[in-house]
Amino acid sequence: MKYAISLVLGLLVGAVVFVLGLYLNPFSGQATVSPLAVTSERVIDLSFSAVPGDGILYTDHGETVVTPHPERIAELWEPAVHETSVYVTKVESSRGDFAGIGIKFSSESEQTAIVKGDAIANSAWHIYLPGQGTLLIDQTENFWSYIRGVVIPARTSAGDNWVGSFHAITTNGPGSLGTARVTGGSGLFDGMTSESVEALTARGYSANSGPVSIDGNLTIEFTELAAASE
Amino acid sequence: MMSRNGNLTKLGHSYRCFGGGVANWMKRLIKTFVIGVILGLLGTGALAWYVPAVDIHRERSLVSVQTNGGNIEVFHINLPRDRIMVGLPNVDNSIPAGLEWPGEEFLGDMQAELFKVRNSDDTVIGVASRLASATGESGPFIEWVVHLPARGTIYVKMEITPSADGFRNGEMLAGSRDFSVLSGSVREQFIADVGEDADAQGRIRLEAALVGQLGDEE
Repeated sequence: MKYAISLVLGLLVGAVVFVLGLYLNPFSGQATVSPLAVTSERVIDLSFSAVPGDGILYTDHGETVVTPHPERIAELWEPAVHETSVYVTKVESSRGDFAGIGIKFSSESEQTAIVKGDAIANSAWHIYLPGQGTLLIDQTENFWSYIRGVVIPARTSAGDNWVGSFHAITTNGPGSLGTARVTGGSGLFDGMTSESVEALTARGYSANSGPVSIDGNLTIEFTELAAASE
Repeated sequence: MMSRNGNLTKLGHSYRCFGGGVANWMKRLIKTFVIGVILGLLGTGALAWYVPAVDIHRERSLVSVQTNGGNIEVFHINLPRDRIMVGLPNVDNSIPAGLEWPGEEFLGDMQAELFKVRNSDDTVIGVASRLASATGESGPFIEWVVHLPARGTIYVKMEITPSADGFRNGEMLAGSRDFSVLSGSVREQFIADVGEDADAQGRIRLEAALVGQLGDEE
């Protein structure tokens, strides 16, 4: 009997050590500097509030800590879209002026592997910038450093919240440099293919209601083809 | 004297036996514990490696082969049931109620719609956005983004003028994951009469005709 207890205790300690190892793994961090920081092309910087309540619309399956809004919005409860969220937000230029509208579809990915530090989401932005045109940003994002640095500390804190400073590039593909793929649709972007990167800057998170103070940023490379058609 | 020495020898012997027993017992216990720790590490590692953290629900792809290659897949949207959002220049008419849509002041005549998308079995398999503008500063456009969580995303640019038959044709500009190697066209049609479906007052039909890229000939 004593050996069985010892074995079970050992199993538990082993499991806890493994989970702590994953959580504290220093090799699973996300980049904080954009791969497009050194591009020679022009870039478009768009910022937005990543707090769902600050956006125009947010919906998911309705069972998360984040409340869909507006109040009577349809929820995505059907099995095929259960792991999907839709977020509609105004996007602003780097000067803080209204720049356009962004619709973000985001679905949890089967590529998620916590053992590798990957909490992957497949996401797509459909963006309209008045006077400039429309484009699609297609990307995979890794939220592991956000979960590790913001969400878990908020859930384990006595006050059920996290306040601090966190910044990370969430985009990790499909481009070889960890960039998103951009396809232009109309206006200045017609025919354009380029790259993009999305980043999150968090200052506050509540375990009960989700993001409290989080800004998102999209850096979009504006390639020669589009510039030539101006 | 002899008897006293004999008792002491016996005492020492039993102490050694007892102490040695405790040491062996502790050693075996620690050994079991260490084996448990190693098994715990390996077991949790194997669990984390082999058990998927995310398991996306999949519906069957209902495709039909088209003449001269490729395949056709039909999606549809039941109106108004599958409508998630309509952002209109006149904010008061936007859906759902309480939507703080920027409206004409910021977006001109641009109209944005969000829908749930169904397959031929009438099962929801994804979500889609449709952006349209007739007189935008950057020119008129009608676009669809169809996001199917288990398969990928399609970006389609539609022709502005519909055909005489009531269709609007479009070209697939980009696709991700399952659609990344495909190209083709998408046809949009609004059907006002949906027959016996009492829940739907109308239907948007999207017919995607997609073909894979030709490989290099050896």
